[in-house]
Amino acid sequence: MNALIQNFFNSLALGGLYALIAVGYTMVYGILRLINFAHGDIFMMGTYFAFYAITLLLLPWWLGFLFAIFITGLLGYSIEKIAYRPLRNAPRISSLITAIGMSFFLESFAVVVFGGIPKSFNVYPKMFSDVIIIGKTRIPVLTFITIIVTVLLFLFLWWLLYKTKTGLAMRAISVDIPTTSLMGANVNNVISITFIVGSSFAAVAGILWAMKYPQVQPYMGFTPGLKAFVAAVIGGIGSIQGAIVGGFLLGFLEIMLVGFFPNLAGYRDVFAYVTLVIILMFRPTGIFKIYSEQKV
Amino acid sequence: MKKICFVLLVGLIFFSVLSFSEGTVKIGVALPMTGGIASFGQMVYQGIEIANQMFPTVLGMKVELILADNRSDKTEAANVVSRLINLNGVVGILGEVASSNTLAGGAVAEKAGIPLLSPASTNPLVTQGKKFVSRVCFIDPFQGHVAAIFALNNLKAKTAAVFTDVAQDYSVGLSNFFVKDFTAGGGTVYKEYYQSGDQDFSAQLTDALSHNPDVIYISGYYPEIALMAKQARQLGYTGPFLAGDGAEAPELIKIGGSAVNGLYYTSHFNADHPATKMGQEFVAKYEALYHTSPSALAALGFDTYLVMLNAIERAGSTDPAKINAAIRSTKNFEGATGYITIGDDGNAVKSAVINEVVNSQFTYVTTINP
Repeated sequence: MNALIQNFFNSLALGGLYALIAVGYTMVYGILRLINFAHGDIFMMGTYFAFYAITLLLLPWWLGFLFAIFITGLLGYSIEKIAYRPLRNAPRISSLITAIGMSFFLESFAVVVFGGIPKSFNVYPKMFSDVIIIGKTRIPVLTFITIIVTVLLFLFLWWLLYKTKTGLAMRAISVDIPTTSLMGANVNNVISITFIVGSSFAAVAGILWAMKYPQVQPYMGFTPGLKAFVAAVIGGIGSIQGAIVGGFLLGFLEIMLVGFFPNLAGYRDVFAYVTLVIILMFRPTGIFKIYSEQKV
Repeated sequence: MKKICFVLLVGLIFFSVLSFSEGTVKIGVALPMTGGIASFGQMVYQGIEIANQMFPTVLGMKVELILADNRSDKTEAANVVSRLINLNGVVGILGEVASSNTLAGGAVAEKAGIPLLSPASTNPLVTQGKKFVSRVCFIDPFQGHVAAIFALNNLKAKTAAVFTDVAQDYSVGLSNFFVKDFTAGGGTVYKEYYQSGDQDFSAQLTDALSHNPDVIYISGYYPEIALMAKQARQLGYTGPFLAGDGAEAPELIKIGGSAVNGLYYTSHFNADHPATKMGQEFVAKYEALYHTSPSALAALGFDTYLVMLNAIERAGSTDPAKINAAIRSTKNFEGATGYITIGDDGNAVKSAVINEVVNSQFTYVTTINP
């Protein structure tokens, strides 16, 4: 029983991180119908920015984190402008290939500039690695922070989408780009904002991830990126609620699978992907898509 | 005009003769310089470079090292070996650290008939049935045995949680050998599994800790060991960890922090207790150059270069088949990690060292002989 409660909190911690990364995927897909495969690497760049902002620029940790989130947003903006915008009207497969190319580019860039050896992300205050003990269950403080941050960012996104003009434009673009443009919305700006927001979220997720698993290396974005993509598809890609629900669901599936069948622990990734295949077979639109037109 | 042509021609001939007589011996180095276990590759290469500085020539020719990075990846490991052989035309290859990568690269070298000498792949399968793959380190049946004996006798452990990385031949093999000897000695084990690249072990650890094990044995590599130790401590585990030679890298301590204090591991070498005179010399050279103590992998890298060079010398030629035969008849060769004898099966027989992380320092505990 105790193990079950412990695993419940383990799942929350992991699921929250998946959810945060998945939101970035889903936003971009919702608007451009583009699977941004570089998203996992933007996540990785975000953690490196935070690492160097604190160790090299000697910023206090909170300022370093904000700085990294800001710079990662800028990175997302430039990636869209350089790599995706010129291909916006090209066949979708071209954009997809560009996204994969961008992913490789960022990884190789990180290897060359930051080095291939994993770095220790011990740049955050000690209180984040504290553990709260309730009965026999031990919950790291970071788990609560992750959940709070996920909820806050979700509220922010909801506000952005439904209470602002930009959000209205985003929702309109997701339905029809030319018509939205005819209505007087600046499509390029709105898409840029989407990328900035999505990438900043990736940076937040990256920083939380690196605090939980304190090593930073150039390929660290690959697996979380792929898992978050699976989470986004499970939830219904294009739907923000779907990404959040999908993220937590995947977190629970993974941890509980290992919790109940420890012998299969080595193959937990396989189960994430098998889940994806099953969802795609029986409910290709994911959990949420069918109920809502609230694609971003 | 004719005169100029003539001078040019003579110059050209002279130059080519000169470069021929001053030919180089090309030795390939296939290592993980980036990716998950990049630290291993970097350390081995440091050792090889120091050996190269100390002994830059063989048979009167300069040794040319050609480094290829396998990115800690199995597929890439096979690719770089075939690139070194076909493109660079090397006469021998030093390298591949992880057993899985050496298995992949070794198959290519075997086919091409180029000797491959691994510094640190300890899985028995690496050399099994291979004529051209050898190593300068002990193998896992011995390493697992040493760990089991140490857990039973020194740590007084009766129960052990054993973590196996299912993606690594090294880990699967080593865990099996440990479990075999630990249970034969009267211990009980709980098996847990993970995969290279995993970062979250909370579920497995929750399960393992529910059995209150006396020791946690992790047979994988340092990136996962560091994260796992950290998460185990967060989940309230205060006992010792025990690991194989895959644990030793500065990153273990950098990433694991205080969580890895109390981690014991079986290894090949300790800089504070070098087994030979060559070992002392190596430690002095290394410390002068890098201002820190060499790791076991740096010492093993150093030894692979020396053994390869010695084999070329004894073969008296750069013919790969002859070099290979010479490697496999290495007898009592004085390396940094001990006296190396490589049998006809390509395996070396050597003693093991047990180290412990104390106050974030790798500290010598004891030496166990085969």
